[in-house]
Amino acid sequence: MSDSTVVGLHHEEQHHPELLHHFAEPQQQEDSASLGMWIFLGTEVMFFGGLFCAYLIYRLAYFGDFAAASQTLSWKLGATNTAVLICSSLTVVFAVYAAQQGKRTMLIGSLVLTIILGFAFLGIKATEYAEKFEKHHVPGPSFQFDNVPVPGHPDQMANRGHAQIYFALYFIMTGLHALHMIIGIGFFTWLLFAAWRGRFTPEYNTPVEMGGLYWHFVDIVWIYLFPLLYLIDLHK
Amino acid sequence: MSMATATIQPVERENYLNKEYGVGSWLFTTDHKRIALLYLISITFFFFIGGFFALLIRLELLTPASDLVQADTYNKLFTMHGMVMVFFFLIPSIPAVLGNFLVPMMIGAKDLAFPRINLLSWYLYIIGGIMMLHCMLTGGVDTGWTFYTPFSTAYSNTKIVEAGLAIFVTGFSSILTGLNFVVTIHRMRAPGMTWSRLPLFIWAHYATSIIQILGTPVIAITIVLVAAERALHLGIFDPRLGGDPLLFQHLFWFYSHPAVYIMILPSMGVVTEIIACFARKRIFGYSFVAFSSIAIAVFGFLVWAHHMFVAGISVYAALVFSLLSYAVAVPSAVKVFNWTATLYKGSIHYDAPMLYAFGFIGLFTMGGLTGLFLAALGIDVHVTDTYFVIAHFHYIMVGGALMGYLGGLHFWWPKISGRLYPEGWARLAALIVFLGFNLTFFPQFVLGYLGMPRRYADYSHMPEFQVLNVLSTAGATVLGVGYLLPMLYFLWSMRYGKPAPDNPWKAAGLEWMTTSPPTTFNFETEPVVTWEAYNYDEIDSAHKQEVKVVG
Repeated sequence: MSDSTVVGLHHEEQHHPELLHHFAEPQQQEDSASLGMWIFLGTEVMFFGGLFCAYLIYRLAYFGDFAAASQTLSWKLGATNTAVLICSSLTVVFAVYAAQQGKRTMLIGSLVLTIILGFAFLGIKATEYAEKFEKHHVPGPSFQFDNVPVPGHPDQMANRGHAQIYFALYFIMTGLHALHMIIGIGFFTWLLFAAWRGRFTPEYNTPVEMGGLYWHFVDIVWIYLFPLLYLIDLHK
Repeated sequence: MSMATATIQPVERENYLNKEYGVGSWLFTTDHKRIALLYLISITFFFFIGGFFALLIRLELLTPASDLVQADTYNKLFTMHGMVMVFFFLIPSIPAVLGNFLVPMMIGAKDLAFPRINLLSWYLYIIGGIMMLHCMLTGGVDTGWTFYTPFSTAYSNTKIVEAGLAIFVTGFSSILTGLNFVVTIHRMRAPGMTWSRLPLFIWAHYATSIIQILGTPVIAITIVLVAAERALHLGIFDPRLGGDPLLFQHLFWFYSHPAVYIMILPSMGVVTEIIACFARKRIFGYSFVAFSSIAIAVFGFLVWAHHMFVAGISVYAALVFSLLSYAVAVPSAVKVFNWTATLYKGSIHYDAPMLYAFGFIGLFTMGGLTGLFLAALGIDVHVTDTYFVIAHFHYIMVGGALMGYLGGLHFWWPKISGRLYPEGWARLAALIVFLGFNLTFFPQFVLGYLGMPRRYADYSHMPEFQVLNVLSTAGATVLGVGYLLPMLYFLWSMRYGKPAPDNPWKAAGLEWMTTSPPTTFNFETEPVVTWEAYNYDEIDSAHKQEVKVVG
């Protein structure tokens, strides 16, 4: 911003086609986008934070019932999905690097891989959801959770209502996470289209970086969701 | 004597209003000033809807029996009054109208950092507003604006999910406005506009934005949980299924208490600008006023459970929340003392914006002090859910936030519209609003202290409450006139008002250094700031040699 006063008339003619009219220079535009994205991720932390808070309170209150309900999930599928997402974070890092270096083929390849991994995650999640529907573990009128013992206490049956709270939180938390994945895949498809047309250069690649920040955030949410939802009291 | 000196400009210069014409040029604009006007029109619409509900409530309470409306209709009236006023008027009022218009100009920028997101936030507001209108017209909600569970999730037969979704959508409009402001204030300041040279209006909006960004997502997720609970009976907030209704109250007030500061902080920013200008002085203790805004935003997040003292939280928690609530009074009092110190030995002019600012200081102080009564556990138990609480928060939200909003609208109207409003009428309206307000709400303090509960349509078992209720209803009609007047003369001035000079108040601040109304990009050349904020000594010393024309 320091030299913005000296750029006079010829400033209008020279500036980068992606520079919007109200910014003085590309660096200011990129810094604004980056700060805006971080603040948006801050709002997302608060959004999921409310759910984590509810989860924490009920997990402390109804630990045994939560453990019983949690162990109906397949930790193997959850672990696989965790691995899938960590790999996708790596491909996103490659995409950002490729955009900064101006390597178009690598950028397109990394974006395609990211999208494929995103769909793989959603596919695995869908099979998990389908299994829950079959077993009547979806909260609501047809919810069933009777005669399931609390882990470590074979003589004690889990409370149906408390288990339903667990599954309600499970579906809302993973459902909102999946919704964020779907939005991310949509954004990455747009990035792929723009990259295909050669829009990103070493000088201008802000959207790829912003997409990267978003994707990493969604991954981090899952890194917390996986142990909290799948691994309660598993050693018993 | 009005400070406005009308120098008539013969030819109308190009500005943001006359640059383009047609509906499309407004609905697809990304100009922060035009979006501010879109907000001005929409929130005025919702203000009068909310006001209409308020008048019906006051009319019903004119007599002890529930004769104008029945109890369940009355429940809907106060619910819709609260929802419309809080979410569709007070929260967007100053940030979305005056903030949108002024934040870029005050820091010397051409626009907000994300102009298209700014337009998106207006559309989200409108979508939420249409949903709320539809909800209202097809039956409304009767839970009170607080949606307390399990009544809202298991028993009420009204349109809770739709109202919740309307607030959810509008909440994102609020988040995006806050996000835009923070990025703009960090990244778009003109050369030389350092943090310590920012107008205090900007500091107040910065603090407000922090609350919007961090608080609003929590109410969003709370609404998601309420909607899911209501649709599927998950049990999260239902004690029969092991859920905890108190969890709802914690989540709700985690946003809704700081939301009070979303309403009052921008108003404090407006009042600071007005007082410095009409006392012709640099604001006393600039950095204290600036950081007290941040302190209010931070403390505001730590006091929410003072709404739940009788809801069954532990005594120790109540004690801590009571102490923290007292702590919020410190930065608020710092502001009031600094405004008073600014007035001391100032050269005070009693123009309409200043009358509103004086009204603000008095009413906010009363609202704040009665807030301390409510923060004290012993008194709170006695007056919980009485008219004392109603009077207290109306002194803050109407006496505070709305007075600041009207004062700011008058102060910047010459810049917004390029016309001068009629000063005599404006002073009269300010006086009517002040008197009407006190007549409406002061009797409610007494009513509440005597024990009249809130949310009752029928008080025929306590006919001695009628006198004070009649006074309150009479005040509400006076207040209604006081609010109609500015709308009428503002509309009148757009056509018949004298053209405004660029700086009718001889005020400090970058927004007064550009034309009235400004051009689309605000400034001819990017300003370079070399002076401190509120440099009224320098501004006035330039005019000291001039001969004053009297008459």
